[in-house]
Amino acid sequence: MSQPIIAIENASKSYRNGQQLALNDVSIQIEPATFVAVVGASGSGKTTLLKTMNRLADVDTGVVRVSGAAVNGVPGHELRRRVGYVFQGIGLFPHLTVAENIGITPRLLGWDAGQIVSRVEELADLVALPRSLLRRLPADLSGGQQQRVGVARALAAKPAILLMDEPFGALDPITRDALGTQVRNLHDAMELTTVMITHDVLEAVLLADRIVVMRAGRIIADGPPHTLLAGHPDEDVRALMEMPRRQAERVRAVLERNSRG
Amino acid sequence: MDDRFQAALRLLPDYLGQHVMLSAAALLLGLAVSAPLVVFARRSARVRWPVLALVSVVQTVPSLALLALFYPLLLALSSLSQKLFGHGFAALGFLPSLLALTLYSMLPIVRNSLTALLNMDPAVMEAARGVGMTPRQTLFRVELPLAMPVIMAGIRTSAVWVIGTATLSTPVGQTSLGNYIFSGLQIENWVSVLFGCVGAVALALIADQLLALVENGVAARRPMRVWLGLALLVAGVVAALVPSIHAKKSVYVIGAKSFSEQYILADLMADRIVRAGSSATQRVGLGSVIAFKALASNDIDAYVDYSGTVWANVLNRKDSPPRARMLEEMTRALKEKYGVTLLGALGFENAYALAMRGDDARSMNIRTIADLVAHAGELKLGTDFEFLARPEWAALRDSYGLAFREQRQYQSTFMYRAVASHEVDVISAFSSDGRIAAYDLAVLEDAKQVILPYDAIVLLAPRRANDETLRRALTPLVGAVPIGPMREANQMVDRDENKLSPAQAAQWLSGKAGLN
Repeated sequence: MSQPIIAIENASKSYRNGQQLALNDVSIQIEPATFVAVVGASGSGKTTLLKTMNRLADVDTGVVRVSGAAVNGVPGHELRRRVGYVFQGIGLFPHLTVAENIGITPRLLGWDAGQIVSRVEELADLVALPRSLLRRLPADLSGGQQQRVGVARALAAKPAILLMDEPFGALDPITRDALGTQVRNLHDAMELTTVMITHDVLEAVLLADRIVVMRAGRIIADGPPHTLLAGHPDEDVRALMEMPRRQAERVRAVLERNSRG
Repeated sequence: MDDRFQAALRLLPDYLGQHVMLSAAALLLGLAVSAPLVVFARRSARVRWPVLALVSVVQTVPSLALLALFYPLLLALSSLSQKLFGHGFAALGFLPSLLALTLYSMLPIVRNSLTALLNMDPAVMEAARGVGMTPRQTLFRVELPLAMPVIMAGIRTSAVWVIGTATLSTPVGQTSLGNYIFSGLQIENWVSVLFGCVGAVALALIADQLLALVENGVAARRPMRVWLGLALLVAGVVAALVPSIHAKKSVYVIGAKSFSEQYILADLMADRIVRAGSSATQRVGLGSVIAFKALASNDIDAYVDYSGTVWANVLNRKDSPPRARMLEEMTRALKEKYGVTLLGALGFENAYALAMRGDDARSMNIRTIADLVAHAGELKLGTDFEFLARPEWAALRDSYGLAFREQRQYQSTFMYRAVASHEVDVISAFSSDGRIAAYDLAVLEDAKQVILPYDAIVLLAPRRANDETLRRALTPLVGAVPIGPMREANQMVDRDENKLSPAQAAQWLSGKAGLN
């Protein structure tokens, strides 16, 4: 087994002066090139766990290591330039063009202009964004196009790690499915390590190599999709993982009823 | 073309230049002070509240009072610096106006900037952190560009306010377009008043439109427009300043309070100085109290005051000695306490006097203030802004037992109109005022001699105590201006038809005094 690229040991974190425990003694190791999906109810600590990986949040106790080094030894902004980050809010800079949005991290890193231009065009192609849109402002784009820009921006500085917090939550199902598949392909092509939070278990099952289930600040299940699908001692995990299959059965039942009728 | 229009036009380069310089400096200083305040207040709610409270409170202080308050404040600071470092600074004119206007300019800038910066889209802010911006980069690359339209709107509001309010800096001795308004109001030269108003409005509109061009350029990411707007603004300021840069600096500064007689006498003194081969500028429209302080601190070199005013307000004396002894004592006290030289009395008196419509006085058979007491309960008193706060009024009220039905305050021009039009019945007139005769007013005799003598006296600043040129120029005026010609000269300026300018009236008076 190779050296983990992300390693969290006994991390705890609380908000509002200890009143709300977001992470409760969490440990997890993620190997390079793995696609991890984190699922769980709202408030279970998924987002906090993700944010500890690029220092958008700092743990109260415990250690977070990225590429072998403890993150609290690195200035947050430097770490974040090396880690791609996509979230449901997208947060494109409305006053910058699409190209400027995509190229922002390379620019902060001091790449030269020519390098940035060619990288931006390369990324537009990779996320299937028409190059004609590069000179537009974000407000001119559809929701799906905006999130493609969000993904391209996260990948611009060639990070080894891509963190995504419900990246496709606000998109229509068809766009969502297409973009999810494309991100998985990019993950493979660029040999990324990806951690994605999702509410959609089916999305997790279809895209991820490994699924982590959280509840009340703890990891209650962790394994490859097929293992978790086969059954789990915890009732909540079982209920969650049966969801795609139950839905598929209901779809089949609807179809059969109609074909008989 | 109208004479008055041409006269106003001749003054424009000076007034406009000073107005532009004052407004531009106040706006730039306001921006420079607001920017760090906003940056700190944005981070901390503990700083934010007092900052917003302060800039809001400043806004509620009437602008004229704010300007006036800076004068004594700076005067105190100047004398402190005189003690500590051996040199003071000019507390009159540009500095108090600049500081008051700077404070005044800050509310729209600070409030708009804070509102915009505190209401950023949280998703955009998270993204800024997520892509690896430092707080500083976030401020300059994201927050400021996004807040810019709202900030620019604040700057535009501020610019319009400052340009408008700068007209009020005349009473603290700063020349501005307000000089047209203040002097025009005093001598009822409506062309001048209108000229000042239109000038200030035009200036505000131009500044606003140029700033709009900059704002528009920023919003549309058109750097050309931004540079064009800024270049035009700078060019405008420079163009307005050119005449004042070329203007020769005058040797003497003559002060005047804000009424016709003072304007005429200032012109008369300035004319004497020019004839003596030197040069003089005027600081006109000064507040009554400010004028003496300005002289004592060498901000102006000479002006005419009135013995009773100086006796009661400057020397704080409550007694009323006979005229000759009062002048003698005052000459000594002014020299000792302030280093101010009392050059001499011009020869006429301009005392406060209670006056009423002549027909009323005759029908009610009122000749003296004592006669008035029985009727006062049914009559309305109109005064200028100072009278009711002065010792003369307290003395009159107490020694005669005067109590009017109602008291109203007017700008002195309107006070005379108010009595003529029956809005009030008795006024605190000035005995040398030409309007007493013009409106057929009866001046009531002060048999108890409660009101002090108000001889017009020429005062010289401490630094001019031994200035031969100034003394040679002004000494011939001593005893040369009797009450009759002064009243007539005042009337020439105040009357509605065939008005003369104060300078023309001064020429006439100079001839009457045998000085031409």
